[in-house]
Amino acid sequence: MSTAAVPTPRGGGGGGGGGLAPVPVRPREPLWATLRRIRRLAPEFTAGLPVTLALAAVATAGRVVIPIAVQQTVDRGLLDGRPDLSVVRHAVVGAAVAIMVAALAAYRMNVRLYRMSEAVLATMRIRAFRHIHDLSMLTQSEQRRGAVTSRVTSDVDQMSQFLQFGGMVLLLSTGQMLIATVLMAVYSWPLTVVVYACFIPMAVVVRRFQPRLTRQYLTVRERVGDMLGAISESVVGAAVVRAYGVQARTATRVDTSVDRYRSAQTAAQRLVATVFSAGELVAAGATGAVVVAGVLLGVGGHVSAGKLVAFLFLVTLFVVPLQTLTEMLNEGANAFAGLRRVLDVLDTPQDVPDPGPGGRDLPRGPLTVCFDGVSFAYPGGPLVLHAVDLRIAPGSRVAVVGETGSGKTTLAKLLVRLMDPTAGQVLFAGVPLDRVRFASLRRRVVMVPQDGFLFDVSIADNVRYGRLDATDSDVMDAFAALGLADWITGLADGVLTRVGERGSSLAAGERQLVALARAQIAAPDLLVLDEATSAVDPATEVRLARALGELTRGRTSVTIAHRLSTAESADMVVVVDAGRIVQQGTHAELVGVPGVYQRLHTSWTAGVTGS
Amino acid sequence: MPEHAPSPAKAPAAADAAAAAGAEAPATPLSAGSPAVIRRGLAILGMAIRDEPRTFAVAVAGSSLFGLMMVASSLVLGEIVDRVVLPSFETGRVAVGGLALAAAVLLTVGAVRALGMFVRRLGGGVMTFRLQAAYRRRVTRQYLRLPLSWHQSHPTGLLLSNANADVEASWAPVLPLPFAVGVVATLIAALVVLVATDPLLAGVGCVVFPAFGAFNIFYGRRISPLLSRAQQLRAEVSGLAHESFDGALVVKTMGREADETARFARKADELRAAMVRAGQVRGLFDPVMDALPNIGVLLVLLVGTARISAGSLDVGELVRVAYLFTLLAFPLRAIGWVFGELPRSVVGHRRVSTVLRACGEQRFGSGVMAGHGPVALAVDAVSYTYPRRSVDGRTPAIMAADAAGPLYPALERPVLERPALERVSFEVPAGRVVALAGRTGSGKSTLAGLLVRLYDPDAGAVRIDGVDLSELARGEVAAAASLVPQQAFLFDDTVRANVALGLAVDDAAIWDALARAQADRFVAVLPAGLDTQVGERGTTLSGGQRQRIALARALVRRPRLLVLDDATSSVDPRIESVILTGLRARAGASTVVVVAHRRATIELADDVVYLERGRVAGHGTHRELMVTSPGYAALLSAYDPTGAACGPTGPTYSPTGVDGSPAEDAGLVR
Repeated sequence: MSTAAVPTPRGGGGGGGGGLAPVPVRPREPLWATLRRIRRLAPEFTAGLPVTLALAAVATAGRVVIPIAVQQTVDRGLLDGRPDLSVVRHAVVGAAVAIMVAALAAYRMNVRLYRMSEAVLATMRIRAFRHIHDLSMLTQSEQRRGAVTSRVTSDVDQMSQFLQFGGMVLLLSTGQMLIATVLMAVYSWPLTVVVYACFIPMAVVVRRFQPRLTRQYLTVRERVGDMLGAISESVVGAAVVRAYGVQARTATRVDTSVDRYRSAQTAAQRLVATVFSAGELVAAGATGAVVVAGVLLGVGGHVSAGKLVAFLFLVTLFVVPLQTLTEMLNEGANAFAGLRRVLDVLDTPQDVPDPGPGGRDLPRGPLTVCFDGVSFAYPGGPLVLHAVDLRIAPGSRVAVVGETGSGKTTLAKLLVRLMDPTAGQVLFAGVPLDRVRFASLRRRVVMVPQDGFLFDVSIADNVRYGRLDATDSDVMDAFAALGLADWITGLADGVLTRVGERGSSLAAGERQLVALARAQIAAPDLLVLDEATSAVDPATEVRLARALGELTRGRTSVTIAHRLSTAESADMVVVVDAGRIVQQGTHAELVGVPGVYQRLHTSWTAGVTGS
Repeated sequence: MPEHAPSPAKAPAAADAAAAAGAEAPATPLSAGSPAVIRRGLAILGMAIRDEPRTFAVAVAGSSLFGLMMVASSLVLGEIVDRVVLPSFETGRVAVGGLALAAAVLLTVGAVRALGMFVRRLGGGVMTFRLQAAYRRRVTRQYLRLPLSWHQSHPTGLLLSNANADVEASWAPVLPLPFAVGVVATLIAALVVLVATDPLLAGVGCVVFPAFGAFNIFYGRRISPLLSRAQQLRAEVSGLAHESFDGALVVKTMGREADETARFARKADELRAAMVRAGQVRGLFDPVMDALPNIGVLLVLLVGTARISAGSLDVGELVRVAYLFTLLAFPLRAIGWVFGELPRSVVGHRRVSTVLRACGEQRFGSGVMAGHGPVALAVDAVSYTYPRRSVDGRTPAIMAADAAGPLYPALERPVLERPALERVSFEVPAGRVVALAGRTGSGKSTLAGLLVRLYDPDAGAVRIDGVDLSELARGEVAAAASLVPQQAFLFDDTVRANVALGLAVDDAAIWDALARAQADRFVAVLPAGLDTQVGERGTTLSGGQRQRIALARALVRRPRLLVLDDATSSVDPRIESVILTGLRARAGASTVVVVAHRRATIELADDVVYLERGRVAGHGTHRELMVTSPGYAALLSAYDPTGAACGPTGPTYSPTGVDGSPAEDAGLVR
């Protein structure tokens, strides 16, 4: 249950999660600047816009057909007590045609806008997805992964939902108010002033209300989070709750959070109800004012009865837009904030870029690996590697050992260019790593991470991540080469067995077996292994050891070792301590010399006997 | 548009995007507008009204007031046109009194209308939120009441969704309900006005208003499946993104970015197409809903003019009717909102009811544990089989409930075909330390849970000091026995509260327990010491730290039976060894059962119970078993294939991700 479903409370989308650190979210970028950024990314954004806008104009014009028809009927068809049916008939038929045309235009406009906006959003989603994969592991570290994922999911979804349900309303409401104003001004400008005199204060009040409402929705979202947290304790902590008999305590916590959520919802609803009711009141005031002013003006001959009646209809066109304005602005602001977060991801520079066509390919044959004065510091942190020099001969098996936090994992990450050194260079066959094209690097150098992550597809498909064109029998051969043929044939569907979400239908050790086969089929020249430390079934442990032996045979391999046996059997042991290589040599050479390695060795053997 | 935004696109029950990822299309979706769904939905609304009769009455009163005032304002306006506007225009003289009265009446009607609206909106909200809160409480109570075996057969994501999204969905139509009911009153009033004004104009109303209803039903039926499909795809896109970013290291180190993007692009494009398809129907709604009343007004103008020329109608009455049509256009949508939410409500309610109806509460006896000090433990022919759970994690009941909605995959445990434990018997004398050994899946954890009565055996009994656990009164087992599970679970509270967990103990006792769990040193340097908030599920602490606090929680209770289920797996072996040696030294205070994964742990125990496929395959000291049980000897030597002294995972001198180790070395990324 990675992402608990936080419902977007009415009118407030969940926009949580900060942007990516390297590029701060621009605080108040003007709307048009955001729109220009969208256009740059997704040219679909403005394609065919003139037609859509023309349709929008026709659609909104339809909103004033009725007031005009009423005015025409009253002024020309009915007055003087002699109804003129033909005038009315013409007016009505004309109006009916206008309404049909406007409805058709509105429909076409909607469809065009949906098509356009969904195309833009899909493009942005896909580009952001790719861009996130191109960012280094520093930028998309585990802590930020949730936030990053929501850039291509909930942020875009929210925008899409806003467009389908709120955006059109906002657009048409604005158009409707505009065109109503024009018509009112044509009929009678003094009466228009009267109407505006009533609605402008309302607009000001609504605008004032908006921050309060925004804050309240924020509270609602926070309390949803609290509530979900409390409820999840009763589910995720079910065993502990029972083992310690603390049901009452948990229930109290749930009740409190549920009530706090409810009261926040109610407070938000009260604010919304207030805005809407105020809108009704102002509308009634405006109607009254129009009647009084209209009669006074009409007696002076400034306005006809029909126009006055038409005004009463026009006033209604102002009410709903103003009432919904707060919520729409609120939703719109949330959606735009999400949109900007997506754009900001796309603007995050690639910190470990592919040199691209200008880069070099690694030469054929075994690779000599050199660390030349390599230092590394995580952003804003102290150096974790200090001017490391290291040479790894082709075909040798190297074990890197060291205490937790010594910097050995950093060493491995630099080796596969998950990040670049702060100073110094890593060279493969004399070529600086940052000059090597990714296509070449990834084909020749493969890393097997500690937790062999599996995708929810078949074992064969997972192995194919190592080499896309591998057939099922290639996959089978890879397992056989690692001595795992018996394991794979023992599975219900062999290599076609589906592994479940994140490989959950396999045991941890079995997932590692698949990860090893994935590395095997990639047939790299250099293998970087982060040895797993999690407890696995002894039988699997034996299989793993055998498979590792086969996998590293004849290859240059660098293993971040957690096992004594790995260090013992390595051609060379590299001992890292506090960011420096302090010892180097074979196990036999090092174990007799007082130093870090001997200390580690003692600690290993002590852990074993359990004394 | 939205007084109450139509929210069909908002996450239905399976909003937990990741959980719904990869789900297949529902087998037999209930058609959205089918009479069965509408009947069921209306029954749910009936329940809502029965649960909150007063709030509902108030909200409907507000709504009716609003509607009646709306009809009244059209009457008033018609009167004003007839009596004030037209006479003034004809005579050229302003009847000041009449005008003032007109304005006053308009304002009064408007004010009452605004009041009605306020009451209606707030009332609808309060009613909805109260129902949601009440059902969330009921569902959570049920989670706390039902036995652990029930929890084990239901995926976490599903249960969270039941308490949150499903509850929300089941009461979604309640928000616009008072409005819709009020509209019915309004419509009746409007028809009365229409009939009183002119039967022919009433005829126009009788054509236009039903057309609204027909269109709403048509729209609901068309849009509902399209939106479900879009929602489904949205969950799939989300699931794919989650998976791909979680596997970022593999994607990156294998250079598979382009292929992953292509995979994502295909799904994103499916979603785009689905949204556009939904948009093609959705785009119809507003234009039609706008056009219908306008056509009505035009008909009124046409018919009305004819009636005026026939002398049976005056201009004021015509304006009144036309205005009425304009005003009614918006509220009529409320009925559509209620019906639009019904399918979602029916599905949500069914899921929630499944939880509320679930039974299988643990029964308690009236026995009380006498004495103090360690207890003698007897496991007597205990068998246990996990409740059946289909591959995608749904029990048959859930599958039935899901017939109309998205599914939950979330495989959490492979299906066990055979019993987890079969006729397991052994005894532990008071004050002894016994280790449970066996391969993965041999039943060790299951047995640990049975010892503290997290669930009851299907057959056989667990006894402490000769008393069957199931005969003890509620709370007695928890008071006597403490389990420290493999997954340390911390509550979102302070360190102190997590250790004490409702037990009245002073800080000295807490520090003592922390010290015995080797947790005192790191707790002492936490920003607020014992008062430090550990965050949701203890996220601010490392895995090893969480385990040690969970251990202290058990130790502070001075349990008479202590069960450790691999409770120190994330703790550094050296610290683990200190902890276990400490426990060993105080053996005699508690009877200890420890599920062991390391040879060192096993060697601390007096006795070892060796399990193989859910059966006891050996019981004796470590040395005895090495000789008498070939399976046990094989297990122990498999821990150490080279014959050299090696722990089960090899001597692990830097267990990753534990004990506050810098993130740097906590394995690569994951």
